Amino acid sequence: MKNVRDQVRNYISVNFLMGLQDAAITDHASFLDLGIIDSTGVIELIAFLEETYGIRVEDAEIVPDNLDSLEAIDKYVARKTFSCASSMTA
Amino acid sequence: MQQVKEQAIDSLLAMDYDHTIRSIARQFKETVVRFRRRGAIVAVSGGVDSAVCCALAAHALGNRRVLALLLPEKESSPSSERLALEVVKTLGVPYERHDITGALESLGCYERRDAAIRDVIPGYGLGWRNKLSIAGGLSGQFNHFYLIAAGPNGERVERRLGFKEYLQIVAATNFKQRTRKNVEYYHADRLNYVVVGTPNKLEYDQGFFVKNGDGAADIKPIAHLYKTQVYGLARHMCLPQGIIDSIPTSDTYSLPQEQESFYFALSYQDLDVALLYLENGRTAAELAAAIRVDEVTAGRVYADILAKRRSTRYLHESPVVLQDA
Repeated sequence: MKNVRDQVRNYISVNFLMGLQDAAITDHASFLDLGIIDSTGVIELIAFLEETYGIRVEDAEIVPDNLDSLEAIDKYVARKTFSCASSMTA
Repeated sequence: MQQVKEQAIDSLLAMDYDHTIRSIARQFKETVVRFRRRGAIVAVSGGVDSAVCCALAAHALGNRRVLALLLPEKESSPSSERLALEVVKTLGVPYERHDITGALESLGCYERRDAAIRDVIPGYGLGWRNKLSIAGGLSGQFNHFYLIAAGPNGERVERRLGFKEYLQIVAATNFKQRTRKNVEYYHADRLNYVVVGTPNKLEYDQGFFVKNGDGAADIKPIAHLYKTQVYGLARHMCLPQGIIDSIPTSDTYSLPQEQESFYFALSYQDLDVALLYLENGRTAAELAAAIRVDEVTAGRVYADILAKRRSTRYLHESPVVLQDA
């Protein structure tokens, strides 16, 4: 099974870049600095994360620290899925 | 305190209005002649930008070479149309009124928009009104969008918009600006006139317009002027007091919508200063002192301006003509 980084990298590569420039999407590269996403791209990315991982991205979580790189998204999704799982078993 | 601040901003953006009017009038006339047209179409909305553009067109070409258009639809504010009428009568320019509601209904503008709204607020229906707002930029977040709806019994609902719903609401609403532009070009073609675009510098720079809608024009007389300066011109040209006192609104959504909450996140006075400072290489600390916010917020204002420029660059692009490679 692919991990979160690979899934999101593939999503951005196919959906946003259509296969162009995808070598630039390293784990730590900022999507903003690369010019890959704007405000519309962010809500598109959020829709993908919510649908793929069954999470709800809260308003206060729409920050670069959570969404501006593959590493940030990986950690964010891990936190969210852990908290979802914890709340379900509590 | 507020008055002192406004005076400070006015002095930062002070200009010789007579010189500016002469300069714009000369370039305006030269452009119309170069395009081999005989006059100008101005859609007058009831806001300060189109009022000043109409006054400048009349000054440049003579009022008989201007046709003002009043283009309301069923969700326009009645006070906007009253102000627009006052403007054209004050300037003595010929005008026509064309209600675009029927055209918008035929295109499915309201129906398509409301279908997207109901995906977010299932109870939305007859008697409800709506608007969009943007949030995030000044609190260090990515910008994102909210739908605000008010029901007939005073209920108020606010929901963050998802990707599909946001795009569909905006796409459907953009029928309004594009339909107005269709009517403007009909009259321009009929009379052999140019079409005047009315954005000010803030709107132009920050991409607050619809591509091939209000963004389409043959000449943009005030796109180099800050909003504060446009209000100054309105005062200098003795436009109706209702225009001078007006608060910038989009007048596109059925709920009253100030531009500040819809798109810009700051008052136009503060944003004028921010844009001026950014263009002159002033630091966030200097901006913070000028508009009386903390330095972190000032830095976010700069970042938000740059982000909106990046996001809307496409709106300014002409069609790309491909070449053999």
